[in-house]
Amino acid sequence: MSSDSAIMLRRNFKHTLRNPVTVFNAILMPIIMMLMFVYVFGDAFNVGGGDYINYATPGMLILAIVYGLSATAVAVSSDMTKGIINRFKVMDVSRGAVLTGHVVTTMVRTTLALTAIIAVAFLLGFSPTGSLLDWLAAGGVLLLVVLAVSWLTVAFGLAAKTQESAGFATVPLIMLPFFSSAIVPADKMGAGIREFAHYQPFTSIIESIRGFFIGAPNTGQTLAAIAWSLGIALVGYIWARSTFNAQA
Amino acid sequence: MVSVRPRIVAGMTNLAIMASGLKKAYKNTVVLDGIDLDVRTGTVFSLLGPNGAGKTTTVNVLTTLLRMDSGTARVAGYDVATEPKQVRSAIGVTGQFASVDELLSGRENLQLMVDLHHLKRGEGKKVVERLLQRFELEESADKQSSTYSGGMRRKLDLAMTLVGRPQIIFLDEPTTGLDPRSRRTMWNIVRELVADGMTIFLTTQYLDEADQLADKIAVLDQGRLVAEGAPEQLKRRIPGGHVQLRFPAAAQLGAALRVLPGSTPDPESLTLRVPSDGGVQSLRNLLERLDEYAIDVEEFTVQMPDLDDVFLALTGDSSPAAESEMEVITT
Repeated sequence: MSSDSAIMLRRNFKHTLRNPVTVFNAILMPIIMMLMFVYVFGDAFNVGGGDYINYATPGMLILAIVYGLSATAVAVSSDMTKGIINRFKVMDVSRGAVLTGHVVTTMVRTTLALTAIIAVAFLLGFSPTGSLLDWLAAGGVLLLVVLAVSWLTVAFGLAAKTQESAGFATVPLIMLPFFSSAIVPADKMGAGIREFAHYQPFTSIIESIRGFFIGAPNTGQTLAAIAWSLGIALVGYIWARSTFNAQA
Repeated sequence: MVSVRPRIVAGMTNLAIMASGLKKAYKNTVVLDGIDLDVRTGTVFSLLGPNGAGKTTTVNVLTTLLRMDSGTARVAGYDVATEPKQVRSAIGVTGQFASVDELLSGRENLQLMVDLHHLKRGEGKKVVERLLQRFELEESADKQSSTYSGGMRRKLDLAMTLVGRPQIIFLDEPTTGLDPRSRRTMWNIVRELVADGMTIFLTTQYLDEADQLADKIAVLDQGRLVAEGAPEQLKRRIPGGHVQLRFPAAAQLGAALRVLPGSTPDPESLTLRVPSDGGVQSLRNLLERLDEYAIDVEEFTVQMPDLDDVFLALTGDSSPAAESEMEVITT
């Protein structure tokens, strides 16, 4: 990472600390959702044996990832719509530093959120059986997912005309996990939705994580998860760079 | 003349900015229609024009933010199109909308600039303190800049620009929206910068601002330069502003328009704008003429030249005010 990116990263962290809503959205909100799903709805879901918390934790991690994204989109849009970006451009700050700074900030913030979710999951009786190696693999897949959706979100933020629309652009990403196997298995969904849920990226990602947590890695879903993530990352990266360079 | 800096070719030694034939269009709208500029080192050059004339576009082209469609421009001796990096290292830009980081304090904003310019730690601290002091921002240095007043924000913005020690500073409407006192402070700062040997490229919509600060003014209208020269030269072309007459009814307005050639009526407010040098003799003549035709005048005001007059005198037709109204209607 270039030194300019490091400076931008420091700037973004200061922003995050001064904007408590960001922290609330990224960390507390997913925890509240998790408590809701596990305590309030959990007993109503029949996920085929076992504690619901064991089923739900991978999905909750994904929800935690997507929930923090609107903050990133708004922050990127704010940089672009207020004059500050022109100052950076005229100062010859390395072109990608502003964007890289936002991606890394999102990754660090999301990693904190994921850690918090896992800690709360354990408090709720989460009992994974995966080995250390499985955990590392799960962590790797999660980080790759965060990287991918971060770049996509940066592109959303750049493409949006206003900060409001930037925040709104992430709503589909926030909704998508609900139409995956995050909360209930895809097989239990209605026709049409079921097929969609089967083939959308978050199902592969969640099933991959789930496999690692129960110590039975699902190679097919993991490969699919990696392929989806790399694809999304590439699209996001190229879209973000070209939008950034096109804007005066 | 002997050239001190090897980069600069003889003959353009004392030109900080030179541009010729700058053109820029967005889709079908021509924003800049062939602009030629020469700005001597160590002077204040003011680009004067109404909203939408192309001032900000000119600044964006000269500061490498925007690619021109055709033409050439050299800033600090470097080609804007082919040597943007060198241009950027020689210039500083303070835009129309203060580009400060609102979530950071004044001190942190300056520190951010110090970091991005890769100044040494000790030196950077000194630069920050000196700028806070110079711009009288010490008291609010640790407050979040979103709490700053408009004037303080502009000052901080300019201070941030100065961290990089630019040779040439572009100030895009630095006083638009500021109260009169903050405007004067900003003017004083600009004068100090010039005294320090910097070259200032200033855009403004206020004639008095250009008049106060500039060594040379260029008037921009609809993407073309319609006049250029020292403030005195320009003012000579718009001698004394105008007299505004208000009439009780449209009949008198029509009558006055007939006997006062060259005047501009505004039927809505029943006023007539008569070009005048403001001298006692010409005012007496004007009143006598109205008397002679027994035209009843309700109100009589002499106005100092403003941008409207400049445009009236230089373009001969539409005033910028009328123009911007038309823009509103068509969009």
